[in-house]
Amino acid sequence: MAESKLAKVLKAGHFAVTGELGPPKSADLTQVKEHAENMRNHVDAYNITDNQTAIVRTSSIGVGCMLRQMGLDPVVQMTCRDRNRICLQSDLLGAAAMGVRNFLCLQGDHAKFGNEPGAKNVYDLDSMQLISAVRAMRDDGVFIGGEKLDHPLPNIFIGAVANPFADPFEYRPYRLAKKIAAGAEFIQTQCIFDLDRFEKWMEKVRELGLHKKCYIMGGVTPIKSLGAARYMKNNVSGMIVPDHIIDRIKGAKDKKEEGIKIAVETIQRLKEIEGVAGVHIMAIAWEEIVPEIVERAGLYPRPAV
Amino acid sequence: MIVGERKPLEEIFRMVEPFQKICLLGCGTCVTVCLAGGDKEVAETAAAISLYRKKSGKPVEIVTKTLLRQCEYEYVDEYLKDMPEVDAVVSMACGAGVQLLAERLPEKMVLPALNTKFIGYPLEQGVWMENCLACGNCVLDLTGGICPIARCSKSMLNGPCGGSQDGKCEIDKNIDCAWHLIYERLQRLGLQARMDEIQPPKDWSTSHSGGPRKIVREDVRLNG
Repeated sequence: MAESKLAKVLKAGHFAVTGELGPPKSADLTQVKEHAENMRNHVDAYNITDNQTAIVRTSSIGVGCMLRQMGLDPVVQMTCRDRNRICLQSDLLGAAAMGVRNFLCLQGDHAKFGNEPGAKNVYDLDSMQLISAVRAMRDDGVFIGGEKLDHPLPNIFIGAVANPFADPFEYRPYRLAKKIAAGAEFIQTQCIFDLDRFEKWMEKVRELGLHKKCYIMGGVTPIKSLGAARYMKNNVSGMIVPDHIIDRIKGAKDKKEEGIKIAVETIQRLKEIEGVAGVHIMAIAWEEIVPEIVERAGLYPRPAV
Repeated sequence: MIVGERKPLEEIFRMVEPFQKICLLGCGTCVTVCLAGGDKEVAETAAAISLYRKKSGKPVEIVTKTLLRQCEYEYVDEYLKDMPEVDAVVSMACGAGVQLLAERLPEKMVLPALNTKFIGYPLEQGVWMENCLACGNCVLDLTGGICPIARCSKSMLNGPCGGSQDGKCEIDKNIDCAWHLIYERLQRLGLQARMDEIQPPKDWSTSHSGGPRKIVREDVRLNG
């Protein structure tokens, strides 16, 4: 089976664009389907979050399969929080069988943050081990336990995340190197508001030659309101929202327009950074704005691959 | 040591509600040291139960004693020989002590007055920290003597997650990020390259995931 559209776009050297879709707290997928349709011509692939911030929602695989039926390319997020290695490997096979070709391997927010704070956190594997497992299932045709798959996983494109805004800062590029060594082929970063820090991180990434070993996509989130900016600054783990961003939103008459402007400027700056292969736009609860951001950032039309 | 914490008194009052005469048994080892179930706490708890029952017009008779160790047959059996007749025994030991008592008192209700919290040590008077999850396959040689299984909220084996900021864990700013500590310690030891090695999935079968554990050592058994 052919490789994913995202893989094709990146491998052809295009600056890739992905959008994020959050599944609903119900089995009614009408709205997420609308969001997906709305971005159809503006993104190359769609990340589907996996019970993000530990809040129960429709599974990323369920929505990913729906996207496949719509002829779209999902990036199915898989966290280590809720499933042990038996379930993770089984779900990978099931999703791959349904045509999912991109997987993003993450650790997952602790259950404490979500709507089931009494849940048992699984964390049988860590994200590094999950990346290795997907690669071994694809390249060596073996499960973690050593048993052979009847047929190796097909053309899976293996993704991972990196957070340049987490600490210890000087360790973060080495953590990325480790994820690449484990098998990560594309990387999506935490939302970038502190571009200076991101550039410093990229400098080290280039020094280690990592930008040549994987595709790095910068995370961009348009800020919808002052409340959203403050929330991200104070309540979202592993995030840095500098005061100058807060001040810009605070001082703007049209806060939404300012949020879009900041996102567009961020993308334009990211395009200029050597080693950045694309952007991942996470317009959480503001999905309908993605096409406008893509257009204003000069990333439209999307390449045909 | 095993660190315990007394259950809320209201919960203990509810547990002993049906009984007229109880024995409150402390333990002289871990829970004495962590100020949860030793002599002093037994006396305090007995006083609280007595007062509560007196006020509610249903007085209770309480026998108290602290055994050196509730997790060994010999200390428990020694006491049980002469234990006064009571309706129920309330243990202020860890879960092991409670269960040993229950095993030795098949006809009697045995109740826990503590919540057994973790294996750890005190950082200062009144502050205890979890250090060990008894996973059954120690990795402290790889991580500079700081346990990522017990002290990382996500039990990660390959470095810090993206939620580590300013040396603190994403789940609570009062909890140190274990991997931040490991990173700094390995650096001081000149061993930071260790963090580049990919640690394979852990074999959790040595932990409780492998089922309730038992150690049998033929070399020291008397009645093998």
